[in-house]
Amino acid sequence: MTENSSAAPTDGKGDRQAATLEFREATKRYDGQSEPAVDELSLEVPAGEICVLVGPSGCGKTTAMRLVNRMIDLTSGDILLDGRSVTERKPAELRREIGYAIQQIGLFPHLTIADNIATVPRLLGWDKQRISVRIDELLELVSLEPSETRDRYPGQLSGGQRQRVGVARALAVDPPLMLMDEPFGAIDPINRERLQNEFLRLQHDIRKTIVFVTHDIDEAIKMGDRIAILQKGGKLAQFATPAELLMYPNSKFVEDFVGADRALKRLALQRVRDIDLWKAATVRVGEPAAEARAKIADSDLPMALLVDDGGRPLGWLSDRALGGERVERQIRSPAEPAVELDDILRDALADLLTSETRYGPVVDGRGRVAGVLSLEVIGGFLHEAPVEARSGVELVEES
Amino acid sequence: MTFDLIAQVELRDRSGAGCVAENGFCPDWIADNYERYIDPFFEHVLLTVVPVGIGFAIAFTLALMAHRRQWLVGPITGVTGALYTIPSVAFFFLLQPLTGLGNTTAIVALTCYTLLIIFRNVITGLRSVPADAKDAARGMGLTDNQMLWRVELPLAVPELLAGLRIATTTTVGLAALAFLAGAGGLGAELDRLPSFKSNVVVAGGLSVLLAAILDLMILTVQRLVTPWQRASA
Repeated sequence: MTENSSAAPTDGKGDRQAATLEFREATKRYDGQSEPAVDELSLEVPAGEICVLVGPSGCGKTTAMRLVNRMIDLTSGDILLDGRSVTERKPAELRREIGYAIQQIGLFPHLTIADNIATVPRLLGWDKQRISVRIDELLELVSLEPSETRDRYPGQLSGGQRQRVGVARALAVDPPLMLMDEPFGAIDPINRERLQNEFLRLQHDIRKTIVFVTHDIDEAIKMGDRIAILQKGGKLAQFATPAELLMYPNSKFVEDFVGADRALKRLALQRVRDIDLWKAATVRVGEPAAEARAKIADSDLPMALLVDDGGRPLGWLSDRALGGERVERQIRSPAEPAVELDDILRDALADLLTSETRYGPVVDGRGRVAGVLSLEVIGGFLHEAPVEARSGVELVEES
Repeated sequence: MTFDLIAQVELRDRSGAGCVAENGFCPDWIADNYERYIDPFFEHVLLTVVPVGIGFAIAFTLALMAHRRQWLVGPITGVTGALYTIPSVAFFFLLQPLTGLGNTTAIVALTCYTLLIIFRNVITGLRSVPADAKDAARGMGLTDNQMLWRVELPLAVPELLAGLRIATTTTVGLAALAFLAGAGGLGAELDRLPSFKSNVVVAGGLSVLLAAILDLMILTVQRLVTPWQRASA
């Protein structure tokens, strides 16, 4: 977004608060079918969070999502939007308050992009000027140039552009809740990754409550604040944060579904700052050698890291550097790979695996040494229980 | 009675210049006699536009009814299809006790012939609307009526106008037989001198020209109201 648009009165963040969503034993049963499509689903989605519904095909995830805006009506149980039952609402009115984006996008081919986005604002009777301003805002929000895009027809856009328009249209009236059914499913992997990242950045600003349906566990882990794994027959297998799901799958089904590489997936969720690093002995040129040796004894590595006056790493000291009375500038190996506290753990691991040393100094935002990351540190982390994940989320056990 | 009159006209005209006597294609005769085609031409326009207009109103209404109640599609197709198969001469004859001889009989019959084509094309058009567009429309909170008028019908327009074009062209042709029901039109003119080449060429040619003009007009309308179809890259 440009400076100008962020200075505009509304910038997509809007004034409307995100809503809370609660499924209460929500059940959908179709006539003539022995198994329910959704079976007593109970879960709460806090305001402003992305809740991913994931599971194999036929698990009822899309049905569960469509129960929310009454595209499908509940057989029993209830769904509360901001504490109010959706069954009390007129379906058309309810739907206008809930953003709706689907895999096939469903843009209207006979309307321009501007008119597509204006659909719900017009239903709600917004005036022309307000709609026009909003269209430009939304197009900028999803990284499309308004002047180039407004008057085109969906058939003239690429798949990725259409997907963005679909998201913009769903956001048009700044809905407190968004339903997204495999919104990036029909996009090639490279563009999907880009759209996912863009959407996460967008969500960071707009903080909507979102129900996101996907069959792809990797997408679920990436996008979800919480993940509900459903299994055949519409049963909730587990509802937890991504990290917890990867650490503590509560059944064989969940374990299989998250995949054998779940330890590696967990690394993608954590940053270097989240784990206990090795303590490094940092010494400066001219420091008494005896002091340096004491630091080494106190550290987790049998050697010292030479740093400059600003605390930035210069390289690992050779033994000869400590041979005299004072530390000399004798470097055994460079301070590589350089890892930052904010790096994703998985990326840091990749750096370690491709370097010669299998350990590397970690620096903070100003470039100062904060510790040392090694393969052993990561290995230890993977065997630890993530305490914060265990206490932060209530486990929903399968009955 | 009618045939006697035509025979006399024929005889009188044939006693003209040499070209006419030889029953050739006579530009001079056409130039002298073009005025006799003006009224029949506009009668023919009327005999086309009125049935197509009424037929469209009826078929469109039936299609909207059947769109909400799909079980109606079969019976309506059956009835309009049966009407379509009645030979026009028989149709005029059957209507005579009810509506007598004249334009009304012709218009009723010609209207019936347009129903099947227009009905089926509107239904096909409504069915061709992409399911994802309908799902998105419903999901965004459009009511059934809003969906019909804002999404389904606009997207059915190309198919609908295609049906209107076929119906119009067909009706121009069938209206040439309307004289059998006692109505006018170019058919009546054709029938007055059926074996005189110049007459056949002019009356027949005007009928073809009318079909082409009306077809082009509808095509132009279609271009104007569906800019999105050409814009697709």
